Amino acid sequence: MNKVGGQVTVGSWRFRLCLVLLVALALILVGRLAMLQVLDVEQGQQFLQDQGDARTVRYAQIPAHRGAILDRNGQPLAVSTPVLTLSLNPQQFDISNLDALARLLEISPKELRQRFQQYQDRQFMYVKKQVTPEFAAPVLASGMSGITAQRDYKRFYPAADLTAQLIGLTGDSDTGLSGLELAFDEVLSGTPGRKKYIKDRSGKAVRDIGIESTASDGHDVRLSIDLRLQYVQYRALQSVVAKSNAQAASAITIDSHTGEVLAVSNYPSFNPNDRSTFSANAARNRVFVDQYEPGSTLKALTAVAALETGRYTADTVFDTSPGWMVVQGKTFKDPVNYGELSLAGVLAKSSQIGTTKMALDIGRDSLLPVLQRFGVGQPLGTGFPGETSGMLPQQSRWSDIEQATLAFGYGVTVSPAQLASFYGAIANYGRLQPLTLLANAAENLPPAQPVTTPAIAAELRSMLGSVTAKGGTGLLANVPGFSVAGKTGTVHKTGASGYDRTRYIAWFAGMAPAENPRFVTVVMVNEPKGESVGGGAIAAPVFADMTAAMLRILGESPTQQSSVIQLAVAKSDQSEEATDG
Amino acid sequence: MAEYLRRMPDGGEVFRRTTTVWSLLKLDPWLLGGLLVLAGFGLTVLNSAVDGSSAAIQRQSVYLMIGFFGMLVAAQIPVYRYARLAPWMYLVGMVALIAVLFIGVGAKGAQRWLSLSGFRFQPSEIMKLAVPLTVAWYLAKRSLPPNPKYVGATLILMGLPAVLIFLQPDLGTAILVAASGFFVLFLAGLSWRYILTAIAAVLALIWPLWSFVMKDYQRQRVLTLLDPESDRLGAGWNIIQSKTAIGSGGWSGKGYMQGTQTLLDFLPESHTDFIIAVLAEEYGLQGVLWLVLLYLFICLRGFWISYNAQSTYGRLVGASITLTFFVYVFVNMGMVAGILPVVGVPLPLVSAGGTSIVTLLAGFGILMAISQDKRQVN
Repeated sequence: MNKVGGQVTVGSWRFRLCLVLLVALALILVGRLAMLQVLDVEQGQQFLQDQGDARTVRYAQIPAHRGAILDRNGQPLAVSTPVLTLSLNPQQFDISNLDALARLLEISPKELRQRFQQYQDRQFMYVKKQVTPEFAAPVLASGMSGITAQRDYKRFYPAADLTAQLIGLTGDSDTGLSGLELAFDEVLSGTPGRKKYIKDRSGKAVRDIGIESTASDGHDVRLSIDLRLQYVQYRALQSVVAKSNAQAASAITIDSHTGEVLAVSNYPSFNPNDRSTFSANAARNRVFVDQYEPGSTLKALTAVAALETGRYTADTVFDTSPGWMVVQGKTFKDPVNYGELSLAGVLAKSSQIGTTKMALDIGRDSLLPVLQRFGVGQPLGTGFPGETSGMLPQQSRWSDIEQATLAFGYGVTVSPAQLASFYGAIANYGRLQPLTLLANAAENLPPAQPVTTPAIAAELRSMLGSVTAKGGTGLLANVPGFSVAGKTGTVHKTGASGYDRTRYIAWFAGMAPAENPRFVTVVMVNEPKGESVGGGAIAAPVFADMTAAMLRILGESPTQQSSVIQLAVAKSDQSEEATDG
Repeated sequence: MAEYLRRMPDGGEVFRRTTTVWSLLKLDPWLLGGLLVLAGFGLTVLNSAVDGSSAAIQRQSVYLMIGFFGMLVAAQIPVYRYARLAPWMYLVGMVALIAVLFIGVGAKGAQRWLSLSGFRFQPSEIMKLAVPLTVAWYLAKRSLPPNPKYVGATLILMGLPAVLIFLQPDLGTAILVAASGFFVLFLAGLSWRYILTAIAAVLALIWPLWSFVMKDYQRQRVLTLLDPESDRLGAGWNIIQSKTAIGSGGWSGKGYMQGTQTLLDFLPESHTDFIIAVLAEEYGLQGVLWLVLLYLFICLRGFWISYNAQSTYGRLVGASITLTFFVYVFVNMGMVAGILPVVGVPLPLVSAGGTSIVTLLAGFGILMAISQDKRQVN
């Protein structure tokens, strides 16, 4: 070859070799790239394309707007407003921005730092949940890396503590946790949609590339509740708890013709918009979920059972002298010796002796079916989460003591809502209309259950009317301009060793107007303290306050001359009443 | 000029002998055309890689202008002058390289720059030209093929700077510098005996090199190449990401500025060493093929110029510059496509980067000087 180094021929075959190598290497490169880009080999184009999508393509839920909860007149009780939930990726977040972030979000830098340290090795931590878009804007505009905002909805409760226990709460992901939010969750929540988007390495969504399914919003739920009545009720409970220094108070008002629950209140309550006020105690909707001994308020049903035997009328006379009696070694007492009382008088005075005599006479087989028909010990079926069915002893034999105590409402438990339902049947001509919390009940009423005859119901109403008349225990339940009927109850609470002599529950269950009663209200005051703690002294005036305001709001026209004078008389008589439990 | 040509009775012959614009400027129109198209294409791809950041584009444009001006200047220097200049350039380069080891400034764990009154430059870039020029100067005076003594001297000439650069450490440039010297040696007629012996020696040296000389990160790079999946989040990240980006492009690509892997920060260094991934994702395989064809065209033209050079010196230098340019392209693309280790070599005239553009274009200026050389002789 080029030995002598003729200058032109030097390395000419080497030139060609280089040329061939150069082209060959270029072809290898192109082949390799083609393999990566277009050939469907293992770890080839398809694999890499999927890998690429795995890095960038993400799916996100499009949150569905949760339906609102409205009262019967369309007033909002729970609504969803759009908010942002801020989170960050600790791997991408610059720790020197921590203080600035805390300042922007008005959280304590120390606390944020603590949480950041806790989540340091993770990919995700919440910074602040559910803030308004305006509040979050400066943070998102600051350009700090690793911060993401998740669109969300926050539940807002305009009626706040008024309806707190009834409406309940929602959780983080806008799902119902308790109360009606939980009961109607399926209707309210709707179906979230799904969208496809591209994200960059810091996880920020860069652009949407298509919607797979649109979100279908949840439906509104319209309740039978009337917010105006709710307000009246709540204020009345608030004031009685303050006045009597009671532990708690609950009330329910129903429309006995339709079974609609018009108002349900519990006090003390909490503000569902500020969860720092939350307490498990205040969050219980005791009207539905708690059971209590109904005491004398149950005597109305004992009276129904007596009337149904045909052997008793309103005028049947009992001799309650000497004001006490012994049954199987246990002494029952009336506060005073009432002497001879008619059946109506037994109810009006709430005589234990009269009731005991009547109960022992008619026996278990007459009383139990009536209690069962009215629904004692059976669930109401309103669908309220945790609704109690109460307790009715159903063993085949009752002792005489059981027979007597059951007749005046001990050894048996009901919820305030159940009690309202029983009185609703008496108000509604002996037909029990199942309770509902929904407003559309009027259009498609479930069939009413006849639980007693219209005649007996009417007779009972007039007897209950005498409770609120002069000489009755429920005189303070009277509403000026209207006639009311009802029954008081005062129950010893049970303590560690049987019934506690010093702690009471005060009841009043009543209806108005007595001539054609429609609205039934049950008031329960838990552990009132002071001189008078009975249903007549504590619960009956609450009933009167509520009912007066409610009848006015509902536009009922007065049926009577003012009974102010009647009331004045009643107050002076009140000292007669003591515990009638 | 077309007008001028048409008036010529026998265009070709007359053209060659007559003074033209190109012979006046001492430029090769084909090579210049190829380089200009490449630079324009590169700027377009870079614009997408930096996501339209005008500052980065401006900087690259300035470097390109400096580079093309440097090329124009380099083309004016007669080839024989390069032979005289070469040893001095080499000496200056060596001094600078040694200086870098002591007073250099650096980034990312490497000490590669010299800072002279605010102006930063990479001495290793000088060596990319100085080594082939000097080796060719040394060999062209001897009778070829070189005898063992000359081969040994040549190896020292190219080996010293390569080792110094390797110590910075900058493996990519060290390989390029050594390669540029080796190409001269090879084309000068290095005996196959030596080549085979050297290959055998290298194979024998692999184990001690691996165990004692190579740094951890270099070992890691080799391991990563063999099995990138083994260190997904660390060493393997760039290769996996670049392969993913390339594969995502398919035949026709996702469209300009639409590359998801590269634009959305999944691929680090997407505007420098890994810019080909941007091209592959956005323009697809067809875009890559056009780029490879463009590079091939430039290389073939460079070869043609070298082959027709009038002096041995011109031939050796021209071919070495051309081949080194190709090694640039091959190492970069091979690295991004996952068939070569990640050694940090930019894609010539496309990757963002200042000094390498200027050196590359200056090299092509020398090639152009060589292309004009024969006409002076004729």
